[in-house]
Amino acid sequence: MTALSESAASESALSTLRRGLRISPEFRVGLAGTLLLALIATAGRIVVPVAVQQVVDKGIGKNGAHPDLPFIRTAVALCAVGVLITAVSAYLMNVRLYKSSETGLAALRVRAFRHVHDLSMLTQSGERRGALVSRVTGDVDQISQFMQFGGLMIIVSAGQLVVASLLMAVYSWPLMLLVWVSFVPLAWALRRFQRMISGAYTKVRERTGDLLSVVSESVVGAAVIRAYGAEERTARRVDETVDATRAAQTRAQRLIAMTFPSSELVAALATSAVVVCGTLLGLGGHLTAGELIAFLFLVTLFVSPMQTATEVLNDAQNAVAGWRRVLSVLDTEPDVADPGADGETLPRGPIEVEFERVGFAYPGGPPVLHEVDARIAPRTRIAIVGETGSGKTTFAKLLTRLMDPVEGEVRVDGVPLRRVRFSSLRERIVMVPQDGFLFDASLADNIRYGRADASDADLRLALTELGLADWLDGLAQGLATPVGQRGESLSAGERQLVALARAYIADPDLLVLDEATSAVDPATEVRIQRALDGVTRGRTAVSIAHRLSTAEAADEVIVFDQGRIVQRGPASELVKVPGVYADLHASWVAQRKI
Amino acid sequence: MPAGSSPRGASSPEQATVEATAAPDGTAALNGAAVPDVAQETRATVDDDAAAAPDDGSAAAPDDGSAVPESASGDDGLGAGGASSTGQILREGMRVLGVAIRAEPRVFTISVLASALYGAMTVGTAQALGWATQHTVLPAFDSGHTTAGALTGAALVILGVAFLKALGVGGRRFFAGLMQYRMQARYRRAVTRQYLRLPLAWHQKHPTGQLLSNANADVEAAWAPLAPLPMAVGVVFMLLIAAVSILLTDPVVAIVGFLVFPAIALLNVVYQRRLAPVATRAQQLRAEVSEVAHESFEGGLVVKTLGREQAETERFATSADALRDANIAVGRVRGMFDPVLEALPNLGVLAVLLIGSVRLQSGAMTAGDLVHVAYLFTLLAFPIRSLGWVLAEVPRSVVGWDRVRSVLDAGGSMPYGEAELKAGAPAALRVEAVRFGYEPADGAPAADVLRDVSFEASPGRTVAVVGPTGSGKSTLTSLLVRLVDPADGSVLLDGLDARDVRAGGIAATAALVPQQTFMFDDTVRGNITLGLDVPDERVWAALRLAQGDGFVAALPDGLDTRIGERGATLSGGQRQRLALARAVVRRPRLLVLDDATSAVDPQVEQRILAGLRESEEGGAATVVVVAYRKATIALADEVVFIEHGRVEARGTHAELLERSEGYRNLVNAYERAEAEQEALDAEAEADAESVEKSGGVGELA
Repeated sequence: MTALSESAASESALSTLRRGLRISPEFRVGLAGTLLLALIATAGRIVVPVAVQQVVDKGIGKNGAHPDLPFIRTAVALCAVGVLITAVSAYLMNVRLYKSSETGLAALRVRAFRHVHDLSMLTQSGERRGALVSRVTGDVDQISQFMQFGGLMIIVSAGQLVVASLLMAVYSWPLMLLVWVSFVPLAWALRRFQRMISGAYTKVRERTGDLLSVVSESVVGAAVIRAYGAEERTARRVDETVDATRAAQTRAQRLIAMTFPSSELVAALATSAVVVCGTLLGLGGHLTAGELIAFLFLVTLFVSPMQTATEVLNDAQNAVAGWRRVLSVLDTEPDVADPGADGETLPRGPIEVEFERVGFAYPGGPPVLHEVDARIAPRTRIAIVGETGSGKTTFAKLLTRLMDPVEGEVRVDGVPLRRVRFSSLRERIVMVPQDGFLFDASLADNIRYGRADASDADLRLALTELGLADWLDGLAQGLATPVGQRGESLSAGERQLVALARAYIADPDLLVLDEATSAVDPATEVRIQRALDGVTRGRTAVSIAHRLSTAEAADEVIVFDQGRIVQRGPASELVKVPGVYADLHASWVAQRKI
Repeated sequence: MPAGSSPRGASSPEQATVEATAAPDGTAALNGAAVPDVAQETRATVDDDAAAAPDDGSAAAPDDGSAVPESASGDDGLGAGGASSTGQILREGMRVLGVAIRAEPRVFTISVLASALYGAMTVGTAQALGWATQHTVLPAFDSGHTTAGALTGAALVILGVAFLKALGVGGRRFFAGLMQYRMQARYRRAVTRQYLRLPLAWHQKHPTGQLLSNANADVEAAWAPLAPLPMAVGVVFMLLIAAVSILLTDPVVAIVGFLVFPAIALLNVVYQRRLAPVATRAQQLRAEVSEVAHESFEGGLVVKTLGREQAETERFATSADALRDANIAVGRVRGMFDPVLEALPNLGVLAVLLIGSVRLQSGAMTAGDLVHVAYLFTLLAFPIRSLGWVLAEVPRSVVGWDRVRSVLDAGGSMPYGEAELKAGAPAALRVEAVRFGYEPADGAPAADVLRDVSFEASPGRTVAVVGPTGSGKSTLTSLLVRLVDPADGSVLLDGLDARDVRAGGIAATAALVPQQTFMFDDTVRGNITLGLDVPDERVWAALRLAQGDGFVAALPDGLDTRIGERGATLSGGQRQRLALARAVVRRPRLLVLDDATSAVDPQVEQRILAGLRESEEGGAATVVVVAYRKATIALADEVVFIEHGRVEARGTHAELLERSEGYRNLVNAYERAEAEQEALDAEAEADAESVEKSGGVGELA
């Protein structure tokens, strides 16, 4: 499977929450204390209804003309203290909750980020980058915003429901039952609404992902869009996703807008039922007027969390949808996994590589490599040649374990590649991809990406060893030159030079170059080639080359054609026998002639 | 209300009409001319924020200088003072809301009416309950009996009020959302349109992550207060009704209300003032987290191949932790004010009880009145906080709006002329004394990449641009198709300065195939035509020429195959061939190839170049080709040799070989290497023989 795990998409909100809490233990830190404070803060909410009941019943009395003022003063003073305690508890609870939830979310964000990097290259490229970014940004922000706003309300509301119910039962349990019964259909309706809203929000997030992806095209593809006057067309594509996003949002909003009136109506139903039945009960001598009035206050105490809950639960749906998407990243097993501590660590030194009956097909695609058998002896320098699509790059990706073969096995120094720990693998085998992505930092920082502790002198030395000292001297700011986003302040050829230096300074035992100098001018390429000859001596090196100058300098050439190795041997010999290499060579010679 | 509070309100109505009439296509509002005052005001506040978070720089960056004197002049009074900046943010926030209200007056009106209905009915609920208490409950308890009619009456009053209230809340909620989402959609469109309009030079100065954030998170933040806004307006209405209602009940008790509710309002002001700086910071950090994630995932392959996952995770964690701290800081402020805002009305109820019972004793009010007023306080306690919600979103909204505005107001658009280029025949290209340098984002002076570059290509001729890596060739190609303008000198097409040509004129005449291809997440056809209306036969013809017909035909859906984000499902060579087809399908009169076949095999390249020469599709063009391969150079009528941003030599290949040593070294590099290699091999063989003879094996260092 290369897609992100979808198993989580259908799970219930509750189980997402449960899983989410399990995955982030930070949420549970100090939870007992927070809940205790929440209890106090919640209990404090009944202070006012109780005060009203006491004042109406005991302070004012039946006729109302002679209120017991000293009693009322005492009651009000006590209740005021209660209100203040409630406020302080609520403050402490808020701060604790924010702290633990934000700490948990930051950790979750970082874990999801790390996990994205742990996913195989195929999984990564199968997902739109904007969508991956939104899983560690927008989706987590969604949870965070919910926690800042709604999370507390859920806790307090739940507590308030319980406390209000208890108190209602104290005043009159039949009326309490009546209130509960009135809310049963609402609870049922809310569940239904929620399921629909949850689906609607998933759509919203998906559409937003599409939107980001198209917007990102309009930014990253700015040059092409301009060069081809494709502004209108791009704008149309943006419009489509903007409209689709808005439509999804509006649909979700319509569902939400329906939940509110229903809770209002149910609340009114409960209130009027309490008035009617309470009066009748009062006439039967089961209830005082003050108790009934206090009860009506309690109904609002019961209703308001119900209403908040509908609002907050809607937000919660949104957050849960986001959470689910973050979790689904974590749920996706990397299909090219690090064996970790169980794996083997290879000792340093020249590497030997073996391919045994290796076959590969991209998911859902036809096989692109068939029964590849090859042994690359330590310290040999191999050139891989072949037409576009013949399987050269696939070979390199299998060799560096960016992908695992579908059939057969790749071994280094006799150890299956799957068994080698990544820490060891990435240290010993380094590949320079064709498109040398650079980070928006200085030239030095980018080269140092290969070895974090390299000093400026090391960097300079490495560039000199690669024959690039002149180039470096030509840069006005030297090593401090900012390379721009994606390295775009440098030319494509210069980016390749940096990528090469970056790999070189990592000092691997096996260096894999995937057309790593394709955009470099011939003179520089020859210079690099020669420099590499020197520095790769004693190491194993595999170069994928479309300029046969590379092949000619290698110890051996492996020729690919249609996913198979068809020829192998030193260039000087291959060129003499009719075959794929001789053809490639002929055209190479031809294009250099005038 | 928001427009009235504006000190520069005079220009607001004009702006309103522009915004409103521009609404359907969202383009006119982008011109910026109609909305200068909003932007300038905003910048004054954001400059402070930017200074507090220098790493971000996004808010202040794209001003092109025009805003700086405005904000520095401090015409808004108490420049740096905290109170004034709060007032400013609040005023600014109101103005942002005003923009939305003027853009969607109908939706806003409906939602406010619904909200007012809700507010009135919220007060009505208390009235109804008070009425039921006074007329049904208390008489029943007093007299010991009641009637079915009285009970039904009480129930109907409560239910009737609730029905209207439900109508209000549903309508408010739906239309508030509708307004918010419409504004989001409108500004997302506007921001992206602006991205499409702004010149490449602007893009080069702004990180992708930031631009994505402008179109997404910042637009969302800007319109976040719209969701609670109608409720808040309704609450204001509700407060008015409540005030009247309480006043009518008892003026002395009303004093409590007039103390408590302004206190809540005042507290809200303090609240949002404390919240503003921390919320701003959180928003900036959110953008930063997004930038780091974007860059890191984009460089995923490099991260993987160099085993840098841990280091990248640490880099991300630094940003994520900073965001966490900022969010906690926001939470601290919220966590403090929310309980206080909740406690205030409760204290109010207690005060009402205390004072009310005194008034009761003096006979100024009844027990029912007391219940009614106390109940009103309880009912208002929650909705009144929606004022706080709006205010809480305001700082974030202002920052978001300001960032959106800074994109929309960004100047430096490419000026276009009126001149029309003729169609048909190959174009004549002249480059005259061109100088160019990239402006770094930090405002440092641009270092020249090209200096005094002049050459020409007569119609139908092919010119090869040759030069070492980093000599400025790619920059030159982007000047030729006017992706950027030269700092000095000019590029002339058919004798017309490229800057005088009408918008879209150059794209219709010239096609550039860049070194790095860019593919859209679209079908093969969509990627080739890019909206151009051409029949499939021409698409296939272009593909044939680019040697891409074979692999496209083998794709599952042929031209209709979707190729994934950035063409992820294709190889580099395949993408280059699609890019070539994209260029030739337009039958350009000037074709610029920037090393456009670097990922294509030599044999295929040969066929493509031969095809370009011979076919009708590419044959009617003047061609400028950046190349290293001799066979490519051989196709050229003239070679321009560039080194260090200057034209070192011009002439035919043969002439340059003779005249220029740099050129000779460059194009003959392989031959010389081969010759040397052969010599080395011969030497090595000789060495090997001698080693064999001596019987020792020496490890080569």
